[in-house]
Amino acid sequence: METIIANRPVELNEQGYLLNMDQWDKEIARSIAAEEDIELTDRHFEILDYLRTEQEKGTALSIRRVGKSGVVDIKEFYQLFPNGPLKKASRIAGIPKPASCI
Amino acid sequence: MKNLLILGAGSAGTMMANHLNDKLPKDWKITIVDQSEKHYYQPGFLFLPFGIYEEKDCFKRQKKYIPDTVKYIQKGIEIIMPEKHQVRLEGNEVLKYDLLIIATGSRIAPEEVEGMKGAEWRKSVFDFYTFEGSKALRKKLESFDGGKLVVHITEMPIKCPVAPLEFAFLADWYFRERGIRDQVDITYVTPLDGAFTKPTAANTLGHLLEDKGIKIVPDFAIASVNNNEKKIVSWDEIEVPFDLLVTIPTNMGDDVILRSGMGDDLNFIPTKKHTLQSESYEDVFVLGDATNLPTSKAGSVAHFEAEVLTENILRYIKGEALKEDFDGHANCFVETGYHKAMLIDFNYDQEPVPGVFPFNGIGPMKLLEENRMNHWGKLAFRWVYWNMLMKGKKIPFISPKMSYSGKKINKEEQSTKEEVLN
Repeated sequence: METIIANRPVELNEQGYLLNMDQWDKEIARSIAAEEDIELTDRHFEILDYLRTEQEKGTALSIRRVGKSGVVDIKEFYQLFPNGPLKKASRIAGIPKPASCI
Repeated sequence: MKNLLILGAGSAGTMMANHLNDKLPKDWKITIVDQSEKHYYQPGFLFLPFGIYEEKDCFKRQKKYIPDTVKYIQKGIEIIMPEKHQVRLEGNEVLKYDLLIIATGSRIAPEEVEGMKGAEWRKSVFDFYTFEGSKALRKKLESFDGGKLVVHITEMPIKCPVAPLEFAFLADWYFRERGIRDQVDITYVTPLDGAFTKPTAANTLGHLLEDKGIKIVPDFAIASVNNNEKKIVSWDEIEVPFDLLVTIPTNMGDDVILRSGMGDDLNFIPTKKHTLQSESYEDVFVLGDATNLPTSKAGSVAHFEAEVLTENILRYIKGEALKEDFDGHANCFVETGYHKAMLIDFNYDQEPVPGVFPFNGIGPMKLLEENRMNHWGKLAFRWVYWNMLMKGKKIPFISPKMSYSGKKINKEEQSTKEEVLN
């Protein structure tokens, strides 16, 4: 469905994830983060950038992989994006929900 | 002579040896390597702790299931060198191959979580994914007179993702039979947002946990096991205390995959979803738990893969295009206690739903619903495993590709449930 976030039209899936990561910008990220009660800092953006870069490379993201990336450890990842950091950070980063595990 | 080499003689490797033995062209010979003398019937590890199975029900001699015309080498594997088309075994023996099948499976890696393999390991912290762990847990359960039992999954993917649920269901039954269920508090702790990976089954199984008085703690990503205070602690600092922790540690591919640089961050081998060819080497094929495929790690999956892979290997040898036939099909019994079980049947695209199996309108098995027939099916499966599956015989009426007939598929209902669960 099409909706307006931060005054920009974007396509979202039914769970609120951007369908096209190219429609993303920092204002959209701030807006989605606010829905999750997260105020984004530069540190948050470093991690969002990392997630977006990995997504572009086609990497299957997991908490384990993020934790071993050297960008952020799991403890800090949880502090920055509480309760399900990968799901939340992915939504804020404008990338698809990580493929659910089997 | 050309060499087809199979690494691993568990379910997947043994099935491949039997399937291919009389189908390969005459100028090919098969060699299979495995370090273990025993072939374990791993579904038995679930039953052993509760005294439903005995130790002797859980293994047979591996060699008995390898055809005489296949060369069997009982040795450890040092390294795979796919660029050189060679494998080095322990003791420096080098095998050359023209075609390699990797079926080295997965193992538990409790060392991945801080404190899991600590002072309480096999005292109050147990696994049941190994024969040793399952045996030790049986002794522990016999002397367990009450307290907090925590059944826990560390991270996905795990082999047989329904096994921890089955363990919780069987524990409920076991303690009721012993007359002490009211003194045992059972909690199911999972990194998933519900009881299972797929929404409809998660819903049904979640209700079943509730009906049996088993609490569920979802979205729990474990950071450490605190051995002194006997509790597990998550990254967001939620604590779950235990008197007995039955955990499914991180599952990883074999260390030889790490040594050979052929795996992902969990040592699982990147594999083409529909053909089972390695993503990186065209003369290497992978099946069973060793793959990184987005389907369950389960014996039934290995069985369906083996049928597709047999066809593809014969095609590869003839220089024909591979068939994109593997659909992620899995078929699993879920023991729910009291002589009942459920059956789930699913693939890459279709989640488990209610219905009947294998015959539309008849059954006699029921999908995603408890009944006694399913339970007898699970018990009969051990005979089927040794006498049909391992020998490469086809099971009548059950095809490698999942059948949509007999399944109640309601798209609208599915998406609503998905929303509720997420």
